[in-house]
Amino acid sequence: MRVLFLLIVAALLLSSQRARAGDLAEVKARGELVWGGDLQGGEPFVFEDEKTPGKIRGFEVEIADAIARRLGVRAKFAQNDWSNLVPGLERGDFDMALNGLEDTPDRRQRILLSVPYFVYGETLTLRKGDERRSLSELSGRKVGTLNQTVAHDLLKQQPVEIVLYEGQQEPYFDLQHGRTDAVLLDHIIADRYGCVLKSLHCVPEDVARGVYVIGFQKGHTALQHAVDDALRAMIADGELRRILEGWKLWDARQDELAVRSAPPPPPAPVASAVAAAQPTREAAPAPRHFDGRQLHLFLEGALITIVLSVVSFAIAMPLGLLLAIGRLYFGPLVRTLCAAYIELFRGTPLLLQLYVLYFGLAPVIRLSPMTAAILGLGLNYAAYEAEVQRGALLAIPRGQTEAAEALGLSHAQTLRHVLLPQAFRTALPAVTNDFVALLKDSSLVSVLTVVELTKRMTIAAVDLRDWMIPGLACAGLYFAMSFPLSRLSRRLELKLQHDSHPRPA
Amino acid sequence: MIHIRALHKSFGSRRVLDGVSGEVRQGEIVTIVGPSGCGKSTLLRCLNGLETFEDGCLSVAGFELTPGAARPGDLRRLRSAVGMVFQDFQLFPHLTVVENVTLAPRIVRGTPADSAKKTALELLDRVGLADRAEARPAQLSGGQKQRVAIARVLAQGVRVLLLDEPTSALDPEMREEVREVLRQVAHDGGGDGKALTIVLVTHEMRLAIELSHTLWVMQSGRIVESGVPKEIAARPESAVAREFLRLAGESSS
Repeated sequence: MRVLFLLIVAALLLSSQRARAGDLAEVKARGELVWGGDLQGGEPFVFEDEKTPGKIRGFEVEIADAIARRLGVRAKFAQNDWSNLVPGLERGDFDMALNGLEDTPDRRQRILLSVPYFVYGETLTLRKGDERRSLSELSGRKVGTLNQTVAHDLLKQQPVEIVLYEGQQEPYFDLQHGRTDAVLLDHIIADRYGCVLKSLHCVPEDVARGVYVIGFQKGHTALQHAVDDALRAMIADGELRRILEGWKLWDARQDELAVRSAPPPPPAPVASAVAAAQPTREAAPAPRHFDGRQLHLFLEGALITIVLSVVSFAIAMPLGLLLAIGRLYFGPLVRTLCAAYIELFRGTPLLLQLYVLYFGLAPVIRLSPMTAAILGLGLNYAAYEAEVQRGALLAIPRGQTEAAEALGLSHAQTLRHVLLPQAFRTALPAVTNDFVALLKDSSLVSVLTVVELTKRMTIAAVDLRDWMIPGLACAGLYFAMSFPLSRLSRRLELKLQHDSHPRPA
Repeated sequence: MIHIRALHKSFGSRRVLDGVSGEVRQGEIVTIVGPSGCGKSTLLRCLNGLETFEDGCLSVAGFELTPGAARPGDLRRLRSAVGMVFQDFQLFPHLTVVENVTLAPRIVRGTPADSAKKTALELLDRVGLADRAEARPAQLSGGQKQRVAIARVLAQGVRVLLLDEPTSALDPEMREEVREVLRQVAHDGGGDGKALTIVLVTHEMRLAIELSHTLWVMQSGRIVESGVPKEIAARPESAVAREFLRLAGESSS
């Protein structure tokens, strides 16, 4: 007890000693400028050096170092999940957020932003031979992008079907294999992951342009102004250009930097359309509250979760039963095969299996996201159900089999009429438990672009800038699905128990 | 009806049947007695193929059994003529009493459900349990369970009945109801009224004397003495028979 208490005190002390973010005066006093970013964003932003683990590289690392040097302090990196950079900043985990943060009206409302250090273009990638050049020509088509990006906001205003991904490679992979018709992402990503692929090509004109800026906590205007001055000086004396050139990021777009960084900063030039390809449109205001429309989307997500779970469990149960029977009552070859299947699917992560099924098999068989999701969950859970059923079958006394066989029943008849009905009763609690687990595991299929309940929740949380209400709504819906199930199973269990061990009449 | 020739069987290095031979005529009732581990239950289980044997030969109700595993189809035909009642009943807990009795006729013989049920109810009436037809096994006493098990085996339409210590799992006060049913079955025959050939393994000397025409005394995997039960009871020749009678006398007094 005392040890636990000391541990808790120690943990509290340690956590309170973390560098708290501050305004310029505190940064200077500390001699350290702590900046937040996500190493997962990868090359060329911020990433870990392959050769020397622990050392970070990237054009943003060099920009951070240059700014710090100009402020007379050292730069220190703080790892933070990209989608939570703004909350992290507000919580005070670091002094500034510097990691491909786009200048948007929403961010402007919430935090302070610096002048830009990079101009990006939203690039449309298509399959070779596709002559379309703009989003308006893709009406009703599937367009892939990353969640929480300006590209995503742009697509929301178009009559296209948006397909959301978590990683930077997957959108182009699916485009190659015909699962989508186009991908819209900023040119740093498109140049690296999309335009280089043989079967794809990128539309040369940008769909829209925007800028990357640095974020500060509200109120830290002194730090904001100091960083703005440093950036302007870097633009003026060519240091920023040298850094960007070093990473082969300097292009004609960057000529806009000088104008865009001139004081006072121009009003939010978000998604300003270029050329005549695209009429300028203000971003549709995101819903500010959890309203009826959101609830409707949540219910849709819950429906998808139910369909996913029910259909995949309908695959898992019979397949699991076959595997259990194969493992118990067949010859060595079938036994080994069944055991191998079970060990393989139980011994590797479900997420990996989903990736293999959806992306790995795509060159051979192109499964739709929903099919791959159902199949993945079903095949995985079959392994668990096989073990549950095997255990239940083994729990039946040997005498039952002998009695059935002495009555002249064949092996199959014994299984069908004597063993399985009893195993079913024994297994019921475990099976229900597994189904509830499946209901929750089904959230993993969001990596295959299926928008089920959890995915819907994360999207809404970003839209509403609030995790509390969407989180509660999501939890409530999961509970509403699993609780009646647990109750039903309990009642069934009691009834079956009553049948085999009733009170003496 | 049953011919046993020089049957040999071992469990690992332990020899359980060491050249057992014997004959059971049609309609004859044979009781096997002997100390625990003498091989009497194993011999009984060989008679319907629940156990295999290593050497010798066996003919039951016209079916030949040879050393090693028999073909599943042959075993099923054998078992539709040779039924077994187990020491621990082995009713199917998920089925009602009447479903336990109709299972084999419906599934194995393809008897229509209604006529199978009619026969089952008649058999349950014979064992005095017609009123418990819809009960679950768990609702029955041990004696009642064993009576259901007897009705279930009779519903198979067997000609040979193997009884493996049918009363030894029961409390003494329940044994009489089962003995009564067995007496009646021995007297009245199977479901079709034809005389049954019965092989009974038991520790109860009283049951052996009452019921059977012939008594086999087994020791160490062999039959060491056989004859009319009353005569053996009066003049036991082997030490095993004397010991068995002494113990049976103690337990019945």
